[in-house]
Parts: sequence; C-alpha cells; structure tokens
Amino acid sequence: MDFSIPIAVFDWRALLMTSTHIVPVKTYLFVFISLLCLALLTTAVAFVDLGPLNTVIALGIAFAKMMLVLLLFMHLLYSSKLIRVVLIAGFFWLALLVGLTFTDYHSRSWIPDPQPWSDSAPPTHP
Amino acid sequence: MSETHARTSGLAHQFENLEQQQETDALGIWVFLVTEIMFFGGLFASYTIYRSFYLPAFAAGSRVLNVRLGAINTMVLLSSSFTMAMAVRSAQTARRNALLLFLILTMTLGVVFLGIKGVEYHDEYVERIIPGVNFAPQGEIMQRLSPGGLGHAQIFMCFYFLMTGVHAIHMTIGLGLLLVLLLRARRGTFTVQYFAPVEVAGLYWHFVDIVWIFLFPLLYLIGGRY
Repeated sequence: MDFSIPIAVFDWRALLMTSTHIVPVKTYLFVFISLLCLALLTTAVAFVDLGPLNTVIALGIAFAKMMLVLLLFMHLLYSSKLIRVVLIAGFFWLALLVGLTFTDYHSRSWIPDPQPWSDSAPPTHP
Repeated sequence: MSETHARTSGLAHQFENLEQQQETDALGIWVFLVTEIMFFGGLFASYTIYRSFYLPAFAAGSRVLNVRLGAINTMVLLSSSFTMAMAVRSAQTARRNALLLFLILTMTLGVVFLGIKGVEYHDEYVERIIPGVNFAPQGEIMQRLSPGGLGHAQIFMCFYFLMTGVHAIHMTIGLGLLLVLLLRARRGTFTVQYFAPVEVAGLYWHFVDIVWIFLFPLLYLIGGRY
C-alpha cells in the first residue's frame, strides 16, 4: 500500500503554504483601477437627469464597488465558508431589521388615527 | 504571552495549527465588522426613511455639498484601500520594507482624506449650512426649498454631519491602528507566519472604505446634480 498521501496530509507545514492565499499584484491593480473608474462613472452619471434611475444606478455602482472590495481586497473569494456564512447572516439580519422598519413606516397611514374619548358621546346602554 | 511565543513559532498555544489560528483571527474581525454593519445599517435605514418623508428638501440639501471634494475624497479613500491591500500582501510575503512603505502610503492617504473632510466642514461652516440657530443657506437651494423646507434641509445636514462624522471617527481609529502596525513592523515583529494584526487592520480599513462607498452617492450624488 502507498502511504504517501496520509503523510502529506499530516505535514501541516506543507498544508500551510496553501492556507494563506497570496493574491497577485495584477489582481489588486485591476480592482483598484475598476474602483476608480466606477467612482468617476457614478459621479458623471449624477449630472445627467435620468429620473428615478439616477438613484438605482448610483446604488448599483456602489454595490459593485462593495463587492470588488469584499471579494478581492478583503479576500472573501478565498475565505472559508464559515466566514462567508457569518457575513451573509449579518446582512440577512440587517435586511430583516431594515425591512420590518420600512413596512412599519410604509403602512402607518393605512390605519386611521384612533378617535379620542369624548365625554359628550351618549352612553349606548340604558 | 502569546506575543513572544507567536514571534518565535507564529503559533499561539491554544491553536492546533497556523491555519486554524488564521481562521480564528479572521473570524473574530468579521464578527466585529458585522456589528459595525448593524451600526451603520441603522443610520442608513433612518436616512432612507427621512429621505422618503422629505424628498425635495433632501435633494436640495445634497446640492449644497461640494461634489468635487467628495469625489476627490472617494478616489483618495479607494487608493488607500489599494495600498492597504498591498501592505497586507507585503506582510504575507514578508517584505518588510514594502510593508513599511505601503503602511506609510495608506496613512498618508487617510490623513489627506481627513484633511479634505476638514476643509469641507470649514466651508460648510462659512456657508452657514451647519444645522442649528445659524442655519441660513444662501443661493440656489433657497429657490428649491418649499416654505418650511428649511427645517427638513437641516435634517439632511444632520444626517450628513452624523454619518460623515462617525465615518471620520472610524478613519481616525484606523489611523491609530496603522500607526501601531507601523511601529511593530519597524521592529520586525511580523513574519511569514505571524502577520494577523496587519490582516485584521486591513479588513477594518476596507470596511470603513465600503461605508464611504455608500455614503458618497447617498449624500452627494442622488439629489440630482443636473
């Protein structure tokens, strides 16, 4: 039998070489230039009247920039599933809090204000 | 305790191996960053609600901000994120001089950002658009505001100063962290096994950058510059 694989597995120093992912400088430069271009683009688009689309585009570009920073500068692309789950759970929880808050504010006007108690109202029972 | 040990072997005694240690370091800072997402998320949520209440005043308010300085600051902060990423990479590959250089570059860009922010705050003070008894914006904004809209524009400016102010505090804390890293890197603390502090501070710095990535369009841009 060949025992070379278990030996390689238990040699954690060899494993270590792969555990820290070193991102090539080229990738960082690509992210950097993309971020600058997106920043210029979002500023330029703000000077053009596109109606409600302005807000959508501005937030879309911001989201794209965030993903670039998260995935490559913050190494999320190379991170373990545990760390991704923590971040996704965080955003999910935020979405719950913000979503429920918005539904509250949005639906407040649906129900009329309660009428105040009035002494002048005649009693309905004899 | 773990400092000396970590410097010699890179491995603190409570961990099985370096991989587990690195994962733990990263997990710790990510959990902290999630609490920061909650913190800023609350501010963004209340901004959105008030914006939906007083849309014209918020749109007019964002036009009084200096979009040129805002855009320059965005570039500065994005550049500092790049130099921070390069600093972490230099630490990973044990290039001490490159690490020192990129840490100094990141700090310089961070200070430039805060300086520009200070210039903006000063201009806003001179233009009397800081909310309070002396709130009296001049010029074009007044035509855009409905009667009574002045108070709503003050709410916008409150959000502006609160959110950029809290962001600036985070930047200042980040600069403090970088200064500590710089001193430790100069002493040669970081090795190819032990660079977690650089990585963790880098994650924090990038997070603060992401907050600004959203603050810039929400405060400066979507009021309609046309």
